[in-house]
Order: sequence, then C-alpha cells, then structure tokens
Amino acid sequence: MTSARYRIEVFHRFHDPRCEVVRKKLSGLGFNVRTVHISDNYLVNADITAAQAEKVADLLVQHVIEDRLINKPYSPTGFTYAVEIGYLPGVTDNIAHTVRESIEDLLKMRLNIEKSVFSTTTYFFTGDLAPGDVESICAELHNPLIQRKKVLQAGEFARQGGMGTDLPVVSIAERPEADLVDLSVDEGELVLIGKEGIRDPGGARRGPLALDMLSMKTIQNYFLDTEKRNPTDIELESIAQTWSEHCKHTIFSAELDDDIPEGIFKKYIREATVRVRREKGARDFCVSVFEDNSGGIEFDENYIVSDKVETHNSPSALDPFGGSITGIVGVNRDAIGFGMGAKPIANRYGFCFADPFDRKPLYKSKDPSSKMLSPRRILEGVVHGVNAGGNTSGIPTPQGFLYFDERYKGKPLVFVGTVGLLPKTVNGKPSCTKKAVASDAIVVIGGRVGRDGIHGATFSSEALSSGSPATAVQIGDPITQKKLSDAIVKEARDRGLYNSITDNGAGGLSCSVAEMARECGGFEVDLDDVPLKYPGLGPWQIWLSESQERMTVSVPAGKLEEFTGLMKRRGVESAVIGTFTGGTRGIVRYGGKVIFDIDMAFLHDGLPRKKLTSSYTKQERSDPDFPAPADLSAAFEEMTGRLNTASFEFVSTQYDHEVQANSVIKPLQGKGTVNGNATVIRPLLDSYRGVVLSQGLYPSYGDIDAYWMAACSIDTAVRNAVAVGGSLETLAILDNFCWCDSNNPERLGQLREAARACYDFAVAYGTPFISGKDSMFNDFRGYDESFSEAMISIPPTLLVSSFGVVDDVRHCQTIDFKAPGDLIYVIGTTSAETGGSEYLAYAGEKSSGKRWIGASVPHVDAAAFMKSYRALEAAFLKGLVASSMSVERGGLGLALAKSSMAGMLGFTARLSDVPAETGRDDFVLYSESQGRVLVSVDPAKKKEFERLFAGLPLGLIGSVAGGDGIEITGTKGNAVVRTGVRRLTGTYKGLFKEF
Amino acid sequence: MATPRVLVLTGYGINCDEETAFAFRAAGAGADIVHINDLIENRAMLDRYQVFSFPGGFSYGDDTGSGKALANRIKNNLVDEIRRFTERDTLMLGICNGFQVMVNIGIVPGFSGFTGRAEAALEHNSTFRYQCRWVDLAVESSSPSVFTRGIERLHIPIAHGEGSFFALDDVLARIEKDGLVAMRYVRPDGARAGGEFPFNPNGSLNDIASISDRSGRIAGMMPHPERGMIFTQRDDWTLKKEMFAREGAPMPEMADGFKIFTNAVEYFSQ
Repeated sequence: MTSARYRIEVFHRFHDPRCEVVRKKLSGLGFNVRTVHISDNYLVNADITAAQAEKVADLLVQHVIEDRLINKPYSPTGFTYAVEIGYLPGVTDNIAHTVRESIEDLLKMRLNIEKSVFSTTTYFFTGDLAPGDVESICAELHNPLIQRKKVLQAGEFARQGGMGTDLPVVSIAERPEADLVDLSVDEGELVLIGKEGIRDPGGARRGPLALDMLSMKTIQNYFLDTEKRNPTDIELESIAQTWSEHCKHTIFSAELDDDIPEGIFKKYIREATVRVRREKGARDFCVSVFEDNSGGIEFDENYIVSDKVETHNSPSALDPFGGSITGIVGVNRDAIGFGMGAKPIANRYGFCFADPFDRKPLYKSKDPSSKMLSPRRILEGVVHGVNAGGNTSGIPTPQGFLYFDERYKGKPLVFVGTVGLLPKTVNGKPSCTKKAVASDAIVVIGGRVGRDGIHGATFSSEALSSGSPATAVQIGDPITQKKLSDAIVKEARDRGLYNSITDNGAGGLSCSVAEMARECGGFEVDLDDVPLKYPGLGPWQIWLSESQERMTVSVPAGKLEEFTGLMKRRGVESAVIGTFTGGTRGIVRYGGKVIFDIDMAFLHDGLPRKKLTSSYTKQERSDPDFPAPADLSAAFEEMTGRLNTASFEFVSTQYDHEVQANSVIKPLQGKGTVNGNATVIRPLLDSYRGVVLSQGLYPSYGDIDAYWMAACSIDTAVRNAVAVGGSLETLAILDNFCWCDSNNPERLGQLREAARACYDFAVAYGTPFISGKDSMFNDFRGYDESFSEAMISIPPTLLVSSFGVVDDVRHCQTIDFKAPGDLIYVIGTTSAETGGSEYLAYAGEKSSGKRWIGASVPHVDAAAFMKSYRALEAAFLKGLVASSMSVERGGLGLALAKSSMAGMLGFTARLSDVPAETGRDDFVLYSESQGRVLVSVDPAKKKEFERLFAGLPLGLIGSVAGGDGIEITGTKGNAVVRTGVRRLTGTYKGLFKEF
Repeated sequence: MATPRVLVLTGYGINCDEETAFAFRAAGAGADIVHINDLIENRAMLDRYQVFSFPGGFSYGDDTGSGKALANRIKNNLVDEIRRFTERDTLMLGICNGFQVMVNIGIVPGFSGFTGRAEAALEHNSTFRYQCRWVDLAVESSSPSVFTRGIERLHIPIAHGEGSFFALDDVLARIEKDGLVAMRYVRPDGARAGGEFPFNPNGSLNDIASISDRSGRIAGMMPHPERGMIFTQRDDWTLKKEMFAREGAPMPEMADGFKIFTNAVEYFSQ
C-alpha cells in the first residue's frame, strides 16, 4: 500500500445535519447509538509543501461551519468506535476528482489523475455498542463490493494516531499482449470456452463468453477454415460481446416454433410499427424507429423528440446505488447518441422491488457472509442512484412508478428512460441520418478506461480484495457526462464538427467502433492511444471495458483540431484512437502488433440464428368465492395504503422535476400532492407544444394470462396519456420485456403470447413501437433464510411506455377535484374483472394471509375504448373537464380516493349509476376493467360534456363535496363507504412515511 | 440605458443557464450564456455586461459541499474582475447553486465587501435529502434587494439538497438589523413557517430564503423564479385556470417568478 503525504480531515464546527439523520436511522434499526460525528477526509499524495497543503485544506472548508486538521486526527470526545468508509481501488471517486481539479487550479500544477487524491468518510459513534453491533452498523453504511471499511475502537484509534493514510491505488499487471486461443480442440473444451471463458496461462477461466455450441462451432470454422489461424483472446471476446443476448437480442430474433421463422421481434413488434405507419400514411409521425440509440418522432416543424427506456437489473442487485446511477446516466447517452446528438430533456424511472418491510435474508451461497442486500437497502440505494444521476445532470425526472411483488426479492427491476430533443436540421443536414465516413478519425470523449464492467457479474466478492480493482460494478460520474453532453449537444453538434456519434455502453469500444464502422466499411484502432485510468490492463480489457461516460465520435480530418480544441476548453478529455476505413476488415493494434483482424461481415452477421421452441399451458385458475363485505369503509381506506397504491411522494420530491423549467403536469398533483400517472413537459420555453409520458405494467395479470397482461399494459399506457391531455393521433409506445428463465419453453410461450398482444393492440390503437429493450434472464439462484436452496424468478414483466406530442399543453388536466358541486363521471364500462387485481390480493391477504390471484383478468376492446378516448380528447379541447384520472390498478375506488385527496375535497358517489356488468359493490369499486377514466365537470358544462359521449358508456355517479366527508352508496342504495379525506390521506401517505 | 446585457454563467455542471437566460430575455434584457473557461480566458468581456447571473445547477457535482468547488474556481481566477464588476452600477443574481457559490465567495451578505471569505453558509437540508417542492415566500418590504421590488408574495419552487441558511448569531443579527433578508419561507396563509417542514423546506434559520448585500444590487436566493415565471409551470395552474374560467377571466401568461427578472431590467431604465 502506498500512503498519502497529507491527510486532511474536515468536520463540522457545530451540528452537522447529516449526523442526526444517521443516528436516527441507526436507532430506528435498534442500535444503541447516542451520538454520531462525521469527518470528510481527503488523502492527498502530491509533491507539495506544508504551506501549500494549508492552502489546499482551506479549499475544502466552509469556514463558517467547518474546520479542518492536517495529518492530525479529528477525535470527537467520548466516541467508542470510529468507522472509516472509502472506495476500493479503481472505483470511481468523484469527490476526489473534483478536489484534484481544485488543487490543480489553485497551485497551477498537474497531478496524477488516479493516484493523487482520494476521499473517505469517518463516522464516530458513542453509545453502548458491542463489536457485533459495529459490524452490523457497517453493513448499513457500506457496500463491500465497492467500498472498503476500517473499524477502530477509541483506544486503538488513539494508539494508531487516527485512521492512517493508506491509499487505494490500483496495482495490476495483466500481460500486455494478446494471447492466442487454441480452437483446434474437442467439443468438450469448446463448450467450456463458451461457458466459462478463455483459459488464462495460469489455468483460471476468465469468465463466461456466453456462447453456445452452435456459435462456438461457427467461430471455430471461421478462424480455422477462412482465416486459417487461431483467434486471439481479444477477437474471441469481441465476437462474444457483439453476439451477446444483450446486443443482438438473440431470443427475440430467433426462429420460434414452426410458424415464426422471422422471430418474435420482426413478426410482432417491428411489423406492428410497419403496419401502423403504413395505415397512418401522411399522418405518420415516426422519424427513426429501432435503428438508433433511441426512437424518434416528430415534435413540430423544427424538432424531433426521442425516447428510450433501458433496464439495469443485475448491476442494481449487487450495488443498488451504483447500478441505478449508471443506468440513468447510461440511458441519458442514448439521447445524446441519438441522431447527431439529442439534448436530454426528461428522465423516466420504474422500479420493481420486493416488500421493503421483509427482513428475511437471502444468501448467494451456503456461506452466511454471502447475504444479499435486503429489499429495503436495494430500494433505498436504487432510488438514491437515480436521484444522484438525474439531479446532478440537470435533467428533470418527472415520470415513474414503484411496483412491488415478493418475486423481485432475488432481482429487482430497474427501468430508466430518457427523452431527448433534437433539431430536425443540424448544420444544414438532416439530424437523424449519421454516417461515419472512411478516413474520419475515431475519437473517444469523456471518461477514461478501467477494468469496469468486464465480465461484470461473474466476479465474486472474494476477488475484490485489497489491490484488485472493483470490476463488477461501476459508479456513474454525472458531471463528467454533463460536461461531455453540453459540449456535444450545445456546441460541437451545431458547428458540424463530426459525422457520426454513438454511445459506449455494453461491450465498450468493441461494440461502438464496430457499430459505427458499419456506416463506412471497416476501422483501424491503436489501443495504445486509449486513455487509461491506471496501467496494467490487458488489451482485450481495454477494448471491452464498459467504463462509463464515454462516447465515440467520427470526426473528419479537417475538423479534428477544432473538435479536440473545443473539448479541451470544456474540460472534456478526448483521444484519437484510430481511423474509419472503406475496407471490409476491423483491425486493432497494440504495442505495434496487429492483434485483431476480422471480416466485418462475419462480426456483424456471422451469428447463427437460434431456433427455439415454445409451449403455452393455460394456467388453471378460478375466481375466489367470498362474500362482498357489507361495509367497504375499511377496504376503501386500506386500499389506498398498500405497497402498490400508496403515495411515493418521497421519491417524487427527491427527484428534481422542475429543472429546465419544462414541467407542466407534475408527478404530484393538487393541493393534496397525490401521485398522478402521467407527465406532460414543454420542451421549448417559447412554445406551448408538449410531450406526454406515461406507462402501463401489470405483472400480476401475467399470472393468469400473458396475452391480456400485455393488452392491458398497452391500453393503460395509452389511456393514461389520453387522460391527461394526450392524443391518440400522435402517440407512440416503447416495450421493455423483462423475462425469466427464458430457455424454458413455457416462459417462451408466455413471451410469444405477450408479443402477439403487442402486435394486436399497437395496431388497434395506431400507436407504433419506436424502441425497445429486453432482459431475458432475471432469476436468482441461492439460499433462503434457513439455507434451503431457493430459485426466485421474477414474474414475466412487460413495461409499455407511452410517449406522444400534445398540441397545446394549456388543454391538459390534473387528477384533483377542483370545486364543490362539480359532477363526477366515470367513462367506460366496469365488469367483474378482478383477476390479478390489487383488490383480490388485498382480500386474499385479509382472509388467508396470502394474496388471491383469481381468473377473470381484464380484457381490452380497443375499438370500443377508442371511441371514449376520442370523446375525451374532444372534451379537453373544449375545456369541459375539470379533473381527469385514468382508472388503473386499484380500480374506480382508488381513482375516486386519489382525485378527492388531491383536491382535498370530499365527495358523494352512487355505485348504482356506474355503467357496470356486475352488481357486487366491491367489484364495482375495485374491478380493474380497462378503458375507464374518472372525470369531474363543472355543472354549467354538463350538457355539452354529455353530448360528446352520446351512445358511449358514461355514468354520472356523484358530485364533489365541500368538506372532508366521503360517502359512497352501493348498488342497492345503502351507504357502503363513509370516511373522510384527511383520514384517507393519512393512510395513503402513511406507508412510506419513514422512507 | 434601455436594454441591459446579462452574462449567464455556465460550465462544470451548472444546469439552469438556458432557462435563466430565457427569463432575462423574456423580461427584455439581452442575455449571453458564457462558459466559465471562456470568461477566465477573456476576462475583459465582463465590462460589456450590466448583470451577472449565477444560475442553478450542480457545479462540480456538489462535491465537498454545494458551490464550494465553483467558488474556489472563482476565487482562484476571477476575484479582481468580479470586484470591479460589482463596483460599477451593475446587478448580480444567484439562484440556488448560484446562491451557494455567492455565499461561499462571501459576496453576500458581504459586510466587509468582497473578500472571498464566507460570512454565512447553506448547509445540508435538515431532512438530509434533496427536496423539490413548491414553496410560499414573503418578501421583506424593508429589503433593499432590487430583484424583489414591488413583490409581496411569491409561489415558486425550490430544488436543492443544501439550502439551509446558517450564520453565527452575531452575523445573523446583523443581517436582520440591516434588513438584508429579501425573502422568507411562509405558510400558504402567509404566516411565518417558523422552521416547520415542509413550509420551510430545509431548516433555514429565521426561514431565510434570500438575502442581498446592503446596496440591494447583489442578491442570492434558493428558490427558482425561472421555474415559476410562466403560468403553466405552476403546480396549481389547472386549479387556477378552472377558477378563472368560471369567473370568465382569461388564463394569465406569466407567473410570480417573472417579476424578479423584469425588476432587474427595469433597474436600468430608471
């Protein structure tokens, strides 16, 4: 270990607000912690004098509230234990980078980027703590995958003179050359290489290539027969990346059964878009679908808006904060990499978690130290990661949801999306067509390359000992990316300084360079020119690294100086690493030697297509037989405070949804600040044209029927958008399939059914798919709390996101009741469709402790629903709607409750007037029949409003009241719900109060 | 002078530059967004401007404390230029992260002039969590701040993790005595928030949301007027629109925050 010359400790002079929050949290977990003190520490290893160190320390202190010590430990009186948390070697330390820049600016000198400054935090605890308690506290404060900790008792702390000055400098030494991989081997070895990876000279395998026998054979033939040689490790690793499920979507493109030779994607998803566009004809608003980093639609005569939703599930299970911040900052690059570079203007999120109140542990192995993070830790980390990524980047994060099911306990789902804005014409050329040109320089901009993300998930925690860099997980660096983003979309793009641009995501340079080279032919790259975080990387690691915040740009020779000069002035690192060529080969050199020389056609199109077989067994289910409660007051209250219905205001308020000043319809609506289900933003400050965002997701319906699950998700995504002021005319959708165990024919059968519904309903609604992403293996294999083997597969989950253009945002509407006396209407028909509903889950838990699933899953009659949606659109344009709430999970009951709580106004309602095909009061309130919207209307506009709905299912079911009282009468005229708005709000906002 | 020119600073994670420039332009000013590196390279350009604006954002990712690193960058490079700028008849406005920077370089409250040393602080919110919320603000009628002239109340949003105004007792007393508090957090009915969350969203002493220097030409504020300058930005615009419609009144175009910017422009037309 190297040690630092200066250790600067900064601490609060009075009451650090952070300390009390940490103390409260630990007390809440049952630890006897009396006080907490915190110091922020900076380890500076640079050739500076003591006087200069004093000046440096002054940079780090807010003199009014903070003080500091140099090479002397801060030692708050009476503490019992001190715990220092720092990063493991090689983990991004953003604070240290900023401090280094400040020191360089102050002393006008250059410091070593990766070795000169490190940051840590020390917590000092007083209280009656046993060593076991301290270990448990550490588990709450740090994540061993990315952080190191040091615990000292007060006595030891005094004896050792503080926490010490060890630096987490990376020391690795991979072989600096490419190894040949012998493919003249038997089938057994071929399988092993595909499954467990290339064998290092030492005998250890490098981690899976995830190539099956068929692919390995194809590669063997290519090298031995065509190239007449063995491949190098970098060639093999690169092919594996390019052909991975992640990049090629092998399951969606595989031949399926006997009747889908073209694969699910082409038959159901792409074909739906092709047909919708054809049928729309001149009204087609798609600009770029399925071919770029995002999908794009026309915004107005001058602009295009783009959208992309990604998943980042596995990394978030390991390091929830790092996983989700990397996810959100990564999907931002799908906007920046869309066309010639779109400006990110809004983020989306969607998190599927297990019950955060479930404290039963899961283990990766039989070793008790292999405990997985608890659902609550995962929730908090994931929520915070998107907070840090979105807020720091200055991109509003208005639209999202939380969804809970116990089957997300092994693997949470983290959906993150970004909307972008791009002028149609950039520097006189169409902005959506980009083309790297032969002889263009290949330039990498942004962060440096480390071992991040290489074979990420396969590294065990044992490998992450001192001195070895953390490879599995990465931490995003939003400021590095913000600088890059501003330099591209606000300057370089409009000056026409490059011909093409793409993101470095999965597969790093190996994928981005090869992908762009398709636009011109081939490429030549010199890996010696790639900027590294630390020395000692093997060439294949440089080529494949997934280090974040990097983009690859194709710059014509005549613009190179101007481009790199601009990057330098904006504090963005750039490096020329090679040239795009007009040839047919991809060539990589390292240390002067060619180590990679592959036919581009083979790299891109050589992957043999899989043939898969599916089967679909309809689940035998029945609806539970239980009596309708005579009094539904308790149910009405409790249904507002369930995991899947309660307020998630704690997320909405910690995500900046006002930055860029584009917010119109916000995540929290009405005086009562209730979560709505759609967002509207206004991307241009001088225009009232808007973008609407929403989504639909019903994993619980998939337990009954995957087809109707997908149908309902599409209907909900569409309806939510329309119910806030969006239009069917200009609405697109995006798909994210998160599946499980996808080698299992039954799972593929469910996938096929869901995809079939995607086609049917995208076509029926005229809403084209413009972009999608799948994640097919979300399964956990490990051990439960009693160390019995456990396999937890997520429920097949389809997220459908809606994305559309709103002509004039001034016609949009929120969910809150506005004035006493307003009439309450429900649009649409209610049937006894309780299958997979929140109400059956609730009723089952009440009666047997376990949720019921039922059988009567909601169906979608798109032709009928569309008539209502069009009528509603017309009502918005005439200003006839005073509030509007799409009815989704939790049914009419929850919609009434939310509109009432949001307006802080009570109401009376009559279930007898709800257009319904069921007479059960509880089903009328809680069936999740699709196609319904709850609206309120000024009585003066009654006639005009009703005229628009002539012949359509519409029920005038009650009116808004002036006070707190809520009263609902049943189909027989008796009161079935009596409660109050304040009481209801207490339940709604109570569940996550402490989050 | 009819049309003042505004320099809106950007770079290193400042992220409210475009909407701040838009707000000044909508109010009638000319506004240029200038990267701090370009300003350091060409310091003389400051002479061309009458208003200097530190927009909101996450300069340097808030690393080591909000606004600290950008304040250091300014202290290391631009102290003399900024002092000369403020000695002219100019205005300076810091919003959110910009306010944090201004406090850290000691330009507000600025009792001893622009020394580069902080006299107050904006600490972590008492909830130790980023808060994005709409707040109600009362303007102190005695405040010399140019930006709040003619305003009594404002309904605009805040969005920050470190906005808790803190000063030592003697400094705080002096701020109050000299009438340098420009805005305070209040309840919707106008009563003082008294430190109570969420009305006072961050735990600021004396519910302070904005202060100025003694001249009133230099002010910083945690709330974001540029996010509450257009009617449809308001969190309650659909309710207000409905009420206006029923009274037969038209829907307004602009909202409370806009006056902050028109005040800046009007200062130069007097």
